[in-house]
Amino acid sequence: MFDLVSKAKPVRPGKIYGAPGDGMSSHISLITALLIFALWLLVTEMGWVKPLFLPSPLAVWDKFMVAMTEGVSNSTLTQHTLASLSRVLGAFLLALVSAVPVGILMGVNRIMRGLFDPIIEFYRPLPPLAYLPLIIIWLGIGEFPKVFLIYLAIFAPMAIAARAGVRSVSTEQIHAAYAMGATRTQVISQVILKAAMPEIFTGMRIGIGVGWTTLVAAEMVAAHRGLGFMVLNAAEYLASDTVIMGIIVIGIFAFAFDLLLRYLEKILIPWKGKV
Amino acid sequence: MKTFNVSNVSLTYPGLYTDQAIIALKGVNLEIKSGDFVVALGASGCGKTTLLNLMAGFMAPTDGDITLGGQQVIGPSADRGVVFQKHALLPWLNVIDNTEFGLKLQGVNRQTRREIATKNLALVGLQEFHRHMIYHLSGGMQQRVGIARALTCDPAMLLMDEPMAALDALTRETIQELLLKVWQLTSKMFFFITHSVEEALFLGSRLIVMSPRPGRITHTYELDFNRRFLEEGNARAIKSSRDFIDMREQILGIIYGDERQSDNPELLNV
Ligand SMILES: Nc1ncnc2c1ncn2[C@@H]1O[C@H](COP(=O)(O)OP(=O)(O)OP(=O)(O)O)[C@@H](O)[C@H]1O
Ligand SMILES: [Mg+2]
Repeated sequence: MFDLVSKAKPVRPGKIYGAPGDGMSSHISLITALLIFALWLLVTEMGWVKPLFLPSPLAVWDKFMVAMTEGVSNSTLTQHTLASLSRVLGAFLLALVSAVPVGILMGVNRIMRGLFDPIIEFYRPLPPLAYLPLIIIWLGIGEFPKVFLIYLAIFAPMAIAARAGVRSVSTEQIHAAYAMGATRTQVISQVILKAAMPEIFTGMRIGIGVGWTTLVAAEMVAAHRGLGFMVLNAAEYLASDTVIMGIIVIGIFAFAFDLLLRYLEKILIPWKGKV
Repeated sequence: MKTFNVSNVSLTYPGLYTDQAIIALKGVNLEIKSGDFVVALGASGCGKTTLLNLMAGFMAPTDGDITLGGQQVIGPSADRGVVFQKHALLPWLNVIDNTEFGLKLQGVNRQTRREIATKNLALVGLQEFHRHMIYHLSGGMQQRVGIARALTCDPAMLLMDEPMAALDALTRETIQELLLKVWQLTSKMFFFITHSVEEALFLGSRLIVMSPRPGRITHTYELDFNRRFLEEGNARAIKSSRDFIDMREQILGIIYGDERQSDNPELLNV
């Protein structure tokens, strides 16, 4: 009966009796994805659903090749993708340099909080499609209003995350900094901002996700290029293979960015969850 | 020679759940000169942390004056370093960066601050841990980084709020001896809060005993156990000597009296 004891494998502390849900899950996710794909292949190849409702993976792949070479909706897939990427990333970067400072200031200053809180809390739950007409009326139909619509959608979650992050700093850490001669600006930039980084990263991940969700709405405004535009355009002709192909491309990019951010988070914020 | 002066200081917290305000400190007087090692003891809730926060400048007194070298204390500054009960280090910086953080804030150049931080880390016995992250250190090591960090700013005064409460007996004694050596070398002013009577007697050149409701200083003792240690070098012998033990029992008696009273509110009016 001592066999059992001696056979126990060494594990990291907290692995079994510690943090809930610890351990690898990516192989399980991969199996899920493969199962869904197999099911898709099965129901389409067997002719159980009509191609109009759900085209087969092979048809989607063919469409993908066509889109890469000849193009659909007047541009190649690469051009559509680049157009959308620049919009989402542009909006994301704009939000990063504006929402994070605003969120931090809201966290540390009651006047800033009073000023921005009603604005952010009011527009945040509104669907972008609801205020899209206003943006067109105010800003026209150029490239800027498209980026601006996505920017607005990203701004709110990032500002809210940065504001919440301010609370991760402990009073002692702030006191200690002051007692070492820090000025208020130094406390904000070198202590509070750093302590808020884990939350800011979470905000960035939510933000870029929201950005991709808003893409299609943004490209409803007189776009002639972009993944969202491509999908909308295909929908008018009931080209469900192009629609699905577009969805998959958007999904892959959104997922890739999330992975990138998670990776950056691991490298840049190694202390997350350890204090 | 600088003098730190707390004269007739009172502090009242607004009542949180009742209308009744809490008088945390009332009419506290304390004078600390360069080379004084003042230790504060007292029942829980008697206002020790409040007094330290006032001395550090994190709060302003409701009444009374606090001055350092004749200058009114109006806020925290680098001439009064603080060591907290919980380390309060910055987890995104490694040990050496945490230690030199204050000098960096003050704009000291990199080479100078590295030198000073290295010296102080060696003093607390952490010369081999410069590149460790804070969360990879034990509690006692973190506390020692906190002390090295406070020393690196070279403050005229060191304020410590139960810095050793969470440490094991051995680490505790090592750091106690270390603090006395720093004290001897630098003649800084020390203000040190503890719950351990033994620690208080061993470290302090002056001991103040505080009582709650309202928080005030009720007893003051001049001590010389710390000088005896620095001369003779045998901590255990001093801590087990007759006069040390007598003193310890006397002070325990005072504090137990206070603790009983605060456990039994009816006794308050007796
Ligand atoms: N922020 C606050 N608001 C209201 N009351 C407070 C606050 N901080 C402390 N007090 C009250 O002031 C009194 C003194 O508190 P303080 O923290 O100074 O005690 P202490 O002597 O440090 O106790 P301990 O030894 O347990 O740390 C207590 O009665 C406490 O309830
Ligand atoms: Mg306290």
